[in-house]
Amino acid sequence: MPEQKPWDETTGSGAISGAGAGGGMDLAMDEGTTLEKTPGGPEGTGPAGKPRSLWSDAWRDLRRNPVFIISSLVILFLVIISIWPSLIADQDPLDCDLSKAQEGSQPGHPFGFDGQGCDVYTRTVYGARTSVTVGVLSTLGVSLLGGVLGGLAGFFGRGWDAVLSRITDVFFGIPVVLGGLVFLSVVTSSTVWPVIGFIVLLGWPQIARIARGSVITAKQNDYVQAARALGASNSRMMLRHIMPNAIAPVIVVATIALGTYISLEATLSYLGVGLKPPAVSWGIDISAASQYVRNAPHMLLWPAGALAVTVLAFIMLGDAVRDALDPKLR
Amino acid sequence: MGRYVIRRLLQMIPVFFGTTLLIFLMVNVMGDPIAGLCGDRQCDPATAAQLRTEFGLDKPVWQQYLTYMGNIFTGDFGTAFNGQKVTELMATAFPITIRLTIVAIVFEIVIGISLGVVTGLRRGRPVDTVVLILTLVVIAVPTFVTGLLLQLLLGVEWGIIKPSVSSEAPVDELIVPGLVLASVSLAYVTRLTRTSIAENARADYVRTAVAKGLPRRRVVVRHLLRNSLIPVVTFIGTDVGALMGGAIVTERIFNIHGVGYQLYQGILRQNSQTVVGFVTVLVLVFLAANLIVDLLYAVLDPRIRYA
Amino acid sequence: MRGATQARWAACAVAVALTATACGGGDSGGGGGADGIVSSSWGDPQNPLEPANTNEVQGGKVLDMVFRGLVRYDPKTGEAKNEIAEKIDSKDSQNFTVTIKDNWTFSNGEKITAKSFVDAWNYGALLKNNQKNAYFFQYIDGYDQVHPESGSATADTLSGLKVVNDTTFTVKLSQKFSLWPDTLGYAAFVPLPKVFYTDHEAWLSKPVGNGPYTIDQYAKGSSMNLRRWDDYPGADKAQNGGIDLKVYTDNNTAYTDLTAGNLDLVDDVPASQLKNVKADLGDRYINTPAGIIQTLAFPFYEKAWDTPGAVKVRQGLSMAINREQITDQIFQKTRTPASDWTSPVLGEEGGFKKGLCGSACEYDKAQAKKLIQEGGGIPGGQLKISYNADTGSHKEWVDAVCNSINNVMGNNKACVGGPVGTFADFRSQVSTQKLTGAWRAGWQMDYPLIQNFLQPLYYTNAPSNDGKWSDKKFDDLVDKANAESDKATAVSTFQDAEKVLVEQMPVIPLWYQNGSAGYSDRVENVSLNPFSVPVYDQIKVK
Repeated sequence: MPEQKPWDETTGSGAISGAGAGGGMDLAMDEGTTLEKTPGGPEGTGPAGKPRSLWSDAWRDLRRNPVFIISSLVILFLVIISIWPSLIADQDPLDCDLSKAQEGSQPGHPFGFDGQGCDVYTRTVYGARTSVTVGVLSTLGVSLLGGVLGGLAGFFGRGWDAVLSRITDVFFGIPVVLGGLVFLSVVTSSTVWPVIGFIVLLGWPQIARIARGSVITAKQNDYVQAARALGASNSRMMLRHIMPNAIAPVIVVATIALGTYISLEATLSYLGVGLKPPAVSWGIDISAASQYVRNAPHMLLWPAGALAVTVLAFIMLGDAVRDALDPKLR
Repeated sequence: MGRYVIRRLLQMIPVFFGTTLLIFLMVNVMGDPIAGLCGDRQCDPATAAQLRTEFGLDKPVWQQYLTYMGNIFTGDFGTAFNGQKVTELMATAFPITIRLTIVAIVFEIVIGISLGVVTGLRRGRPVDTVVLILTLVVIAVPTFVTGLLLQLLLGVEWGIIKPSVSSEAPVDELIVPGLVLASVSLAYVTRLTRTSIAENARADYVRTAVAKGLPRRRVVVRHLLRNSLIPVVTFIGTDVGALMGGAIVTERIFNIHGVGYQLYQGILRQNSQTVVGFVTVLVLVFLAANLIVDLLYAVLDPRIRYA
Repeated sequence: MRGATQARWAACAVAVALTATACGGGDSGGGGGADGIVSSSWGDPQNPLEPANTNEVQGGKVLDMVFRGLVRYDPKTGEAKNEIAEKIDSKDSQNFTVTIKDNWTFSNGEKITAKSFVDAWNYGALLKNNQKNAYFFQYIDGYDQVHPESGSATADTLSGLKVVNDTTFTVKLSQKFSLWPDTLGYAAFVPLPKVFYTDHEAWLSKPVGNGPYTIDQYAKGSSMNLRRWDDYPGADKAQNGGIDLKVYTDNNTAYTDLTAGNLDLVDDVPASQLKNVKADLGDRYINTPAGIIQTLAFPFYEKAWDTPGAVKVRQGLSMAINREQITDQIFQKTRTPASDWTSPVLGEEGGFKKGLCGSACEYDKAQAKKLIQEGGGIPGGQLKISYNADTGSHKEWVDAVCNSINNVMGNNKACVGGPVGTFADFRSQVSTQKLTGAWRAGWQMDYPLIQNFLQPLYYTNAPSNDGKWSDKKFDDLVDKANAESDKATAVSTFQDAEKVLVEQMPVIPLWYQNGSAGYSDRVENVSLNPFSVPVYDQIKVK
């Protein structure tokens, strides 16, 4: 292992896992070691590559994997009801009748009512949009920002690397509640953007470290050295040779992190700094319901169940993709 | 090795200053802490001005930061709004949180690694699937839900534990909170160990060891486990910092007066002295844990050398 | 093998750490009967426990056990009765002569004299001592010199206070205030022992007072153990051996502890547990009126809210809130719908008048909508009710108030809650006039007088008039009431001032808050005083 420091490019959960909502996944290290041994087609040219590429292998694998199929269907369903919640819920989630507060299931209201007398079923359906949006967009943001910065640090090394690594250290040191109270208490917007922005801000170092690690590993592969010897430009090497081989761990960790971001939104709401009313989300409902669990467990059961199933679906998807991308497990 | 450690220690300096500055600015951005000190009424302007002077809040932020850092190096971490020295708060909070963290890490190590080894060796079998689903559920449910439910069931309904922890916080009372705190990390440790074991189980040196006729137990513990622990150790090492500062939710549910509690109080009262002081120590712990983890690699894998 | 040895060493260290710290704890249960110890929930006091510096109920609890003043409010009726004071006389409602009983001492043996009071009050009023309740001394002559609005003090003592002899001192007020003696039951007015000034640090770490309890042990931020003072000279001797206060971050945990038999007394039952409180505790649950009113305040520094039309809007909003339903469903009757701006604990004689607000505080869907529309609709099109999200479970009722308004308006976005992360930030937004919509406001009385519910809140530029409402007619009536020497006339003049509030609706009264508490089957005779603080000295252990 010439001049390589595997210990430095692999790190733990850090800030985001702080509140215990779910840790930053830290599969970086085993991804890293896995990738080293990944043959990855000699001219791995990304998704549109030739038949025997890493990607087509993985895809062939996935199509036959029941875990992948089930989790994809669940996610597809979630995406559909996020876009058109009225398909399966015909009431308004903000229509509340206090006289029915905490009442259980009754005709037309299969899941009962919450503490404000709102319909739990409708709120659970409408909550999907917010929660899935927070999860997906935060993950995209984190992956882009973290992936690019981490990748650059890994590719250029030296000064870039030192600065970036120290910045990530700084961010890992910030307790999530402090960050949440500071960044989220000053905003008044009731949209999901502040929460997404906050997650991206505290989440990117995690992906950055993983991206950095896998770029360093990929950089040392013979074919990259060969390309460099042949005089390939930096950008060509990055885009054609390194990125396709280094992106897998990022994708995998990101799908897992997605689930934890959704439950992080719940924790932020529990602490009173999550989404602002009149937003409807699982996090808001779970945190409100957790206080009433003795009298009206149904209030907690449904949104928490929906959250658990969603997180589960994304983690299982990530798991399936991960396995498919690891040729040794075939 | 010595040079490596020195280099790492030197790198901690900018991180230390960066984090403290960032936290300091963050607490300042939150607004005027004096306004919260007079309850639901306005402080009279003269007293408010006097308090601001006393806590140094009337000076520009950069000056406050410099004064604060200067004081820290003389061991003075300042005074909380209730008149208590921050060092006193630390002296009561850190032992409790360290105990809680140790309990949590013991859970991670004992349960997490055992489950990881079992599932890793039995990949694809029913036991693997069951553990897999259980760990996924633990990851998927937010900690405050698990915590509240366990407290309600074990503490009230079945009366097995006390629902809250007394102010001395002896270890036996910290077992359930420790489990709750560890739960998410526990799931990760299980999954990491499982992956790592499954991967290494096919390695040449394991086959050699088996072929040599070594007992299975010895192969697993001495050869397989030792080589599979690197990712797990990294995770646990970096988790130490996260657990210590991240117990805010758990400490709140079980009324533990540790670091998370003090941080939460400090944040709510916008007491920068408390918050920056505690975070500073946490950052040091985090950096030290990272360094120790990196040094542990050499122990687990002699092939790794320090440049 | 290197690794194995190190791992073993690590395991050992863990084991040592575990066993070494596993000890400690122990039970503080103590005996039963007259010497039994009561364990009670507590919150970490925000400020050092100096009497003139404690302005919230958690610190107030301790002061109530450790100190007695000239006057004490009857725990049941709230009536001000002489405690250390023999008599407080005045001929002109402005110059008072205070005579104290001479059998009182502090728990360290020091005798309580007129000087103990005068020195304590001078300390509390002086600007450089940073006492947050200094304004309690504002009516005493010379306050402007020791506590100027800006700059530093030009005198060290209040010129209006004079020691005559060991048992007598005189007080000169800067204006007529006939009910002034009734304010003296507040903790800021208690006497202080010499050690308070000579060894302040030591006093703070273990305050010494003259009340029925002494502080045995104080672990800041986590617990305080108080024990009965056997030589207490007052009539209200403690009926139990002592009180152990334990700090809880979350009142849900305290309640859970109570139901699990881990705690004897919780003096704040969280709203979310109220539905099961009967099932959990049976009749060991008390719910009695307290001198607290909750209101919605408005920003009169914003043009849009300070118009004749906005008066109608506020009246309409008031009528759009279904107080009955919210107090039933959200608070399980631990709040009573408000129909004036005071509190039932004042009693009819003290100035509480049920229904003074009239139809403007009654739910009327049609009329509410009509008034809001006549007034030009809600300024800005949406009402935002700000509250602090960290304490006090305000979210539930703010959401319910908004839902009620939304139902009336037929628009689900007419009203939204606006959580603010921390109380400090919330207060700072209120006091720096950053809020442009309504905000939750609450008032816990300092002393049971109608004056305390009106003057500090609605008088022009009064310290707690956060919305900056101003009305000449109201101010004049308050001035007139303060100058009345006859109590009944004073009270009815204050009520006349209150009627101005009905016309203008500067804040919307929501409900009177009750004190609620639950206790274990180990203790009995538990009650709350009008300040919603448990009457600790009367609790008996079975």
